[in-house]
Amino acid sequence: MSQRKTAGQGAAAEVLRISFTLNGVPATLEAPPSERLLDTLRYRLGLPGTKEGCAEGECGACTVLLDGLPVDSCLVPVYQVRGRRVETIEALDPADMAHYHARGTTQCGACTPGVVVTASWIVRHPELLETHSIRDLMAGNLCRCTGYDGIIEGVEDELEERGGTAGPGMHRS
Amino acid sequence: MLRREGLSKLTGRERYVDDLPLEDFLWGATVRSPSPRGRIAEIRFGGGVDWAEFVVVDHTDIPGRNAVYLMEYDQPALAPGYVRHVHEPVLLLAHPSRETLRRAIPEVEVVVDPDPPILDFRVVPGPEQIQYGSDNVLKRLEIKKGDVERALAEAPFVVEGVYETGAQEHVYLETQGMLAYLDGDVLVLHGSMQCPYYIVKALVPALDRPEELIRVIQAPTGGGFGGKEEFPSTLALHAALLALKSGKTVKVIYDRVEDMVATTKRHPARIRHRTGLDENGRLLAQDIEVILDGGAYVTLTPVVLSRAIIHAAGPYDCEHVRILGRAMFTNMVPFGAFRGFGNPQAHFAIERHMDVIAHRMGIDAIELRRINLIREGGTTATGQVIRDGVDRQAVLSRALELANFEKRRREHWVRNSEHRYLRRGIGAAMVYHGAGFTGSGEVVLASRLHVQGHPDGRVEVLAANIEMGQGTITIFTQIVADRLGYDPDDIVVAEPDTHRVPDSGPTVGSRTVMVVGRLLEVACDDLRRRTGLGAEARGAEVREAIVAWHIEHPEESLLGKARYEPPPGIEWDDEKYRGDAYGTFAWATQVADVEVDLRTYQVRVLDFVSVQEVGKVLNETLARGQIQGGVAQGVSWALLEECVWRDGAMENGQLTNYIIPTTCDLPPIRVEFMEVPYEFGAQGAKGIGELPLVGAAPAVLNAVAAATGREPAEIPLTPERLMVLLASDETRGGPE
Repeated sequence: MSQRKTAGQGAAAEVLRISFTLNGVPATLEAPPSERLLDTLRYRLGLPGTKEGCAEGECGACTVLLDGLPVDSCLVPVYQVRGRRVETIEALDPADMAHYHARGTTQCGACTPGVVVTASWIVRHPELLETHSIRDLMAGNLCRCTGYDGIIEGVEDELEERGGTAGPGMHRS
Repeated sequence: MLRREGLSKLTGRERYVDDLPLEDFLWGATVRSPSPRGRIAEIRFGGGVDWAEFVVVDHTDIPGRNAVYLMEYDQPALAPGYVRHVHEPVLLLAHPSRETLRRAIPEVEVVVDPDPPILDFRVVPGPEQIQYGSDNVLKRLEIKKGDVERALAEAPFVVEGVYETGAQEHVYLETQGMLAYLDGDVLVLHGSMQCPYYIVKALVPALDRPEELIRVIQAPTGGGFGGKEEFPSTLALHAALLALKSGKTVKVIYDRVEDMVATTKRHPARIRHRTGLDENGRLLAQDIEVILDGGAYVTLTPVVLSRAIIHAAGPYDCEHVRILGRAMFTNMVPFGAFRGFGNPQAHFAIERHMDVIAHRMGIDAIELRRINLIREGGTTATGQVIRDGVDRQAVLSRALELANFEKRRREHWVRNSEHRYLRRGIGAAMVYHGAGFTGSGEVVLASRLHVQGHPDGRVEVLAANIEMGQGTITIFTQIVADRLGYDPDDIVVAEPDTHRVPDSGPTVGSRTVMVVGRLLEVACDDLRRRTGLGAEARGAEVREAIVAWHIEHPEESLLGKARYEPPPGIEWDDEKYRGDAYGTFAWATQVADVEVDLRTYQVRVLDFVSVQEVGKVLNETLARGQIQGGVAQGVSWALLEECVWRDGAMENGQLTNYIIPTTCDLPPIRVEFMEVPYEFGAQGAKGIGELPLVGAAPAVLNAVAAATGREPAEIPLTPERLMVLLASDETRGGPE
């Protein structure tokens, strides 16, 4: 339980100056280097859209884009983002949410920011669908409410609107 | 209508309890028992920690009765010198730094002088293991219809079976979390929860504090599934004790591991069937025994047992039925509410058993169901007459048709005879679920709901029912919009806050739309009447009348009110367990098509069809989402989700090794509705949220049985269990 060691609990609170690009804007902060990026975003930078679900890289609720690729921010020590680009749910355009809204992609909403961040990566890279199904690409985001159909269909519709193909393996059956 | 808070969730702007900005607050944490049973001999505070920095609370800090009250006063808020399960709360700590707090927790050593625990609910406890009454039985219930012994003795066929189901963890993606602070004399609790008034009910006796000085506010809740029904009362009490002692705001957020190992789960069950039939497969007698593992405290176990036994005979009409239920005390983490509330266990047993009967007797399993399915005017085990206009045979037929049942079955026979290591099978389950509280429960709850007309003409719903993903805010808006002819933008659904909203009952038991939604309609009618309008008035006319009323009655509030009234003709005898257990039942057939890999013993679900009779669909996207999500939880309860226990402690309390399905572990879940409006539900709706979980597990296991020719009787059917089953020589009887 709470006894588990987590990143950022080193006894000597060494602080590092870290510069990176956050949601398109240059950012500089001082933080213990091994602080979890998740905590930096939530508690230091006031961006609580990124959620903690499991704190061990299983559920994907804390997904952000690091240099354009989805990562679990609970597993990223903040020093690793120096000089890199971090994009969180807060950077995404609400106007791009219509299909997810219509398809029931969100229910309780706790997994949703991570799901939407991963989905944004998929729809920006339709070439991924040449080798993977949407189900394959979304497998790093656990959802306990939807059974996933509302998520998969939302991504399909968004891809379709953007003129991408949803690829051969949209459903794995 | 689209989910009202949907965009807020999709853009990450929804603020859950851990997202709220706070200043000058303490983090709270719990020190727990390392042992399943014994006297606390000593609590040692280790060196190297400056304990003066910490707020420390133990049972002596509890001003009132040391209990988390809901049904009984048996569960202490903090162990008073004796523990009855691993991870039982012993001490509370608070500190401004979360990291300092995390480092401090393992420095507190709770030394327990052990007594012999009882950890297996299926065995008879020894004298030294008795801890509840004279026999550790938490609750015993019985249903009797006809003369089961005589009918069994005379039956030409008797088929027996024993079925077991394991514990299941809710895994709501947002873990449990609560804030507590004082606002003047008022103690405020703000957090993730399903039942704000349950928390009030628990805090009043424990804090010896009048209800007016306790205010509970629900924060947006990231999933519940029953796991936030009773447990948040414990958490709220803990946060409150720390806030009262420190005088500061206290925030307690469980991490995933603590949430998984220390909170309630679905009751494990062992269910035995002894069934008498005639030559044609007509049910003559059902003798059923249901045993639940209650865990260390009563929580809601008696009501879970009640729902389990009421549904245990399945959706069939049988003249002679006896159902004995008992819930056992054990030194396990207390088991509690979980979507379906005893009914998934009950239906896993009866619906698996129906296939076993069919195989033993050489009858088609679908035909066996058709012969016995309750017909219009037939009666359930409690003697409730079913007369709801639902064509249950048609529900079954439609699901089989959608699943292409007969064709797939024939294809599978051919394929299975040819393939070296893959075996396919298709299986079905026919299920039903009573929505709302059981028996006289709704009458006892006596839910109240208000609708407020504001001076600007807007209408606000004042109800204690919460949004946790299932769509309450959206559906309540729709119901008002429909009833008053209102624009949804002019309708507000109030934040559930016990100082503003009346007690419209807990958000559980598939009751929100059917029961509370109906109250909302009544309150809308009352509001309109109070403005002097007739029942036909709608839209602008209502709006103008509300504005005009306020001009005539300055400084007054305009409330439309409703209070629960049972539907006419409902009669329930709680002593004899006879009568109308529920206002109505909803019905479903679920079909699973699976593939078993004989090399890896993995079961893959290829296709899943759920046809559900729901009274009336109020919002198709939300309703479909409820069914798909429920099926997903049922499928994974059947195949993946195993709590691994050692000495009463959950060993796999993390998502790395407690497995819930990913996108790749589930097929698309195909949903179709049937609608037969229920006169006493909002717009004709029946409860929807629990039923989809009920039939998933037996459908999947019936499909595995068809694929392998064996009779799995225990879930989760993990690859390890399937390997053992397939290695046994026992094949099932009857032709395939």
